Amino acid sequence: MIDHAYWIVLMPILASFIIFFFGRFFPMKGAELGIASMGYCLIHSLYIFGTVAGEPGFTSELSITWFRFGIFETQWGFLIDGLSALMLVVVTLVSLLVHIYSLSYMKDDPRFKRFYAYLSFFTFAMLILVVANNFLQIFIGWELVGLASYLLIGFWFEKTSAANAGKKAFITTKVGDLGFFIALMMIFSLLGTLNFDQVAARVSENLISPTVAGIIALLLFWGAVGKSAQVPLHVWLPDAMEGPTPVSALIHAATMVAAGVYLVARTYFLFEHAPFALEAVAWTGGITALLAATMALVATDFKRVLAFSTVSQLGYMMLAMGVGDKVAGMFHLTTHAFFKALLFLAAGSVIHATHENDIRKMGGLSRKMVWTFITFAVALWAISGLWPMAGFYSKDLILEATLNSHHYVLFGIGVFVAFLTAFYMTRLFLLVFVTDPRNPEIYNHAHESPPSMVLPLMVLAVLAVFSGLVFEYVIPIHKLLELPMSAESAAMAEEAVHHVWPVWAVPALSTVVAAGGILLAFLFYVKPVFSPQRLAEKFRPVHTLLVEKYGFDEFYLAFLVKPLDMLSVGLAKLDYRVLDQLGVDGTAWLTERFSRMNAWFDRVIVDGLVDFWGALTQAGGSIARLVQTGWVQNYLLFFVLGFAALMAAQLRLTVTDILMLFKGF
Amino acid sequence: MECILSSITFLPLAGAILILFVPKEKERFVRWAAVLASGLSFLASLSLLKDFDRAQAAMQFTEKVAWIPYFNINYSLGVDGLSVPLVVLTTLLSLLSIIGSFGIEKRVKEYFFWFLVLETGMLGVFVALDFFLFYIFWEIMLVPMYFLIGIWGGPQKEYAAIKFFLYTLFGSVFMLIAILALYFKAGRTFDILQLTAMNAQFTGAFAIVAFLFLFIAFAIKVPIFPFHTWLPLAHVEAPTAVSVILAGVLLKLGTYGMMRISFPMFPEVALKFAVPLLVLAFINIIYGALCAMSQKDMKKMVAYSSINHMGYALLGMAAFTTTGFNGAILQMVNHGIITGSLFLLVGVVYDRAHTRDLDAFGGLGARLPVYTGIMVLACMASLGLPGLAGFISEFLCFMGSFSSTASPYRVFESVPVYKFFTALSVIGILVTAAFFLKLIQKVFLGTLNEKWKDMKDMTATELVAVVPLTVLTVVIGVWPHWLIRLSDATVQSMKFLVDVVK
Repeated sequence: MIDHAYWIVLMPILASFIIFFFGRFFPMKGAELGIASMGYCLIHSLYIFGTVAGEPGFTSELSITWFRFGIFETQWGFLIDGLSALMLVVVTLVSLLVHIYSLSYMKDDPRFKRFYAYLSFFTFAMLILVVANNFLQIFIGWELVGLASYLLIGFWFEKTSAANAGKKAFITTKVGDLGFFIALMMIFSLLGTLNFDQVAARVSENLISPTVAGIIALLLFWGAVGKSAQVPLHVWLPDAMEGPTPVSALIHAATMVAAGVYLVARTYFLFEHAPFALEAVAWTGGITALLAATMALVATDFKRVLAFSTVSQLGYMMLAMGVGDKVAGMFHLTTHAFFKALLFLAAGSVIHATHENDIRKMGGLSRKMVWTFITFAVALWAISGLWPMAGFYSKDLILEATLNSHHYVLFGIGVFVAFLTAFYMTRLFLLVFVTDPRNPEIYNHAHESPPSMVLPLMVLAVLAVFSGLVFEYVIPIHKLLELPMSAESAAMAEEAVHHVWPVWAVPALSTVVAAGGILLAFLFYVKPVFSPQRLAEKFRPVHTLLVEKYGFDEFYLAFLVKPLDMLSVGLAKLDYRVLDQLGVDGTAWLTERFSRMNAWFDRVIVDGLVDFWGALTQAGGSIARLVQTGWVQNYLLFFVLGFAALMAAQLRLTVTDILMLFKGF
Repeated sequence: MECILSSITFLPLAGAILILFVPKEKERFVRWAAVLASGLSFLASLSLLKDFDRAQAAMQFTEKVAWIPYFNINYSLGVDGLSVPLVVLTTLLSLLSIIGSFGIEKRVKEYFFWFLVLETGMLGVFVALDFFLFYIFWEIMLVPMYFLIGIWGGPQKEYAAIKFFLYTLFGSVFMLIAILALYFKAGRTFDILQLTAMNAQFTGAFAIVAFLFLFIAFAIKVPIFPFHTWLPLAHVEAPTAVSVILAGVLLKLGTYGMMRISFPMFPEVALKFAVPLLVLAFINIIYGALCAMSQKDMKKMVAYSSINHMGYALLGMAAFTTTGFNGAILQMVNHGIITGSLFLLVGVVYDRAHTRDLDAFGGLGARLPVYTGIMVLACMASLGLPGLAGFISEFLCFMGSFSSTASPYRVFESVPVYKFFTALSVIGILVTAAFFLKLIQKVFLGTLNEKWKDMKDMTATELVAVVPLTVLTVVIGVWPHWLIRLSDATVQSMKFLVDVVK
């Protein structure tokens, strides 16, 4: 099974091709194929996960040469270790559930078949990324998930907003990818290889300075900022909610957006080499978590609240990475994948039932959609980080790591975000399910979703409850993800972690703030002790700022998109008017003018000279002709005169002599 | 076979002559004769591909016959890893373009006659090993191209044809001077290999002037900024199939000329010009992409994207590394395939709508699923999406350039000049993505423009012309090894590259 792990990657792409080209010949238009292949992938992944979990430190690397150039070669690889085994399970599990869920959700869509082909293609690309053993492969997977995301966000491309959102996602993440690509070039040119193991080995031999390692790490992180929607490249994720909701759950909550966190974890050896890079990661994560959480407070679109929440939680993960605890980051990635996928699928269930995204028009749906309501409540519990749910364990780990690494401001932000999270999620929950129905039409039409949608919700709810416990006690995630440490460093780590604050301090604090957040939301929305409208009015500028999402979009539009457009238009004009019309055609015009001048010169001067000679000769002839009178007397006269002249010449007579001669007469 | 290169080169010309003897009313016959001639040439090039020894760097399948002994001019042909991919690309694109030209109704006989003459001219340039012969083929191409644009082109066809002709001829004059100078300097020989072998003799001012003269000729063809302005016009005015050939093959003659002639004959000068070349590559990439972004005409957008894409090839060439050169050769082939299919595809929609204005469309994705799929794939390949052909060559060009040590210059006192400009060129990838996504959105996404609600999806003939290119785009993207291996040995033998062991 380990030796044939590559089938995990091949299955989805085969399925995708068959569905795309031959799906219409299947009774369920190929959906059954997608589900079957995902089922296979999950089972195979679980087997691998079992192997790795049973044998901490297990690694295996399959690879084949892809292409060679000169002395270099590129590879396709399948790297199995704790990190990839964990991601394999997360990706295949959520993907399978989304495949099943979409059966009903996309049932009436005319492009049902294509949807499944895209879903399978996405899973393929994500798996390429997850199992990569080298930087090129992870980059390829990275770009391909971007394509899948683009295609699926714009799945309903007739809607202008969907088409725009797809484009925005592609371009924004591409801005991040440029950093990734430059990092790739730096690694290749400095270390001569792209294989993770070899790069790690050469970095640990100090073949590159910590500064250079840090620059590479930051460039990679810039890629992660794009993909994982960190500030300042987070702007695409809320818009990406234009895609079908199962897509939001799979791609824009559980898997693809977490790829940035995974990339940082995968290339952690570079970050560890350069503390300043880690510091940048921590602060980016913290700021992202805070900004996104505040934006979620005022959002009124069901999915957008969840999208902001995703951005915020991804910020948490990056925070964990930055303060030096990649295990905590990956732990939160895992639990978040489950409870956020659950939140999105539950949201999908609601949207499916109501055909409405605006939470202001909902309310009271708990009575209509019991299972959706219960599972959503579980997810709320989990994301708020209350014991014993998954989020409790992973979030506490992050906060502890932040505190123990002496990042007190970031710790404060982390705790505050925990409070905000509990508040805005409860607000969402209350507005949708608990408060009185605000739109009777929507309320009356609402109904519970079919079993194929509810089943995935239940599975995810179970995972949201137990995955934290499992990774804390049954399969300790530290053991799964970290290579066996020497006793000495383990003791040092132990010392660093504890002895600073009491063990119970952080869990207690986070429980208090989460409970406070939930309670406050109740006071705002159920027992109207406080009025959200009055609060908004009182702090109008703040409220507007949050609704406007801090103006990032406007800023980019005014200072990046428009200037670039203007530059493009200007250059095109320059190209046509100056280079082409003035330069090239101008030269041609000058040449033509010159040739005309040349022609004039030829005609007037050169030829004129010739004609002049002719004319001169002619004129001379005309004058000479006057002499030819035909009268003998005249000729005789000329003769006599001529003779006289000759005589005079012969006798060397001067004019005076002649005059004297005449005088003599 | 002894004369396979001659067969490949002159089969199209034979077809052209055959067509001359057919009455012009027999259009069907003319079309199929053209397909047959170029098809046979393509098949012959495939057998060349099969028999080509990939491990060998030297010229293969050589033919040499004295032609004008008094001037020591020989009919001398041969191919190596640099020319083989381009020969096959030319025969393939010619065949597909001829199939794609079945819709031509006007003066059919003449059209296919000129097309086949053009094919022979292009192939001749790639296989000629005698400079005189090279020049003849180089010039022969101009005539059919002039007529193909001037007669079957768009509204500004005469202007475009004359401009193309004169501009290229302008460059050719410089090349001719350089050829003659080399001829006398080297003791009366036109033999390209011999001239290359004695490159140590070409030094000083002579080498610099000769290099620059050749550079002007080749730069116009590539085209390198600022010699590029003939391109958008010619590409837009030319009929679809001719645009395919222009972008797919003719541009490569410039880069091929540099790699075959300029660099090997004047290696020292070339290395001195490495940084200017790098900067020009950077300008081509960014400038071409930015100009493309604001175009309203689809064809013009694709035309400007060619300037950007040839910039990637130039970047690989300016690197003077094996990686960069392999990348550049692959980029030439990939650009031919991808941009060739893009022009064919733009032609498909133009034939139906009689406009190429981006703003005139919208929502075609729902109406023409097959066309949309193929077009989006071609756009994605062109913007360098991994898994498709363009990515591999761009990757190699960038890697080659970034790790180049051809110049010790540093920017801002610490950043090596190659790393600096290569990293900046990456922005070109972003802009390329931006304008191709804009194209996709304006044409295919959004609500369907009612005007096109009866538009038909692609016909069988159109599919036959495009799908081979689409398949190749995917095949090369997934499995590029066979193509890189084709050129690798030859590139490794280029002594002037900075990372080749001398």
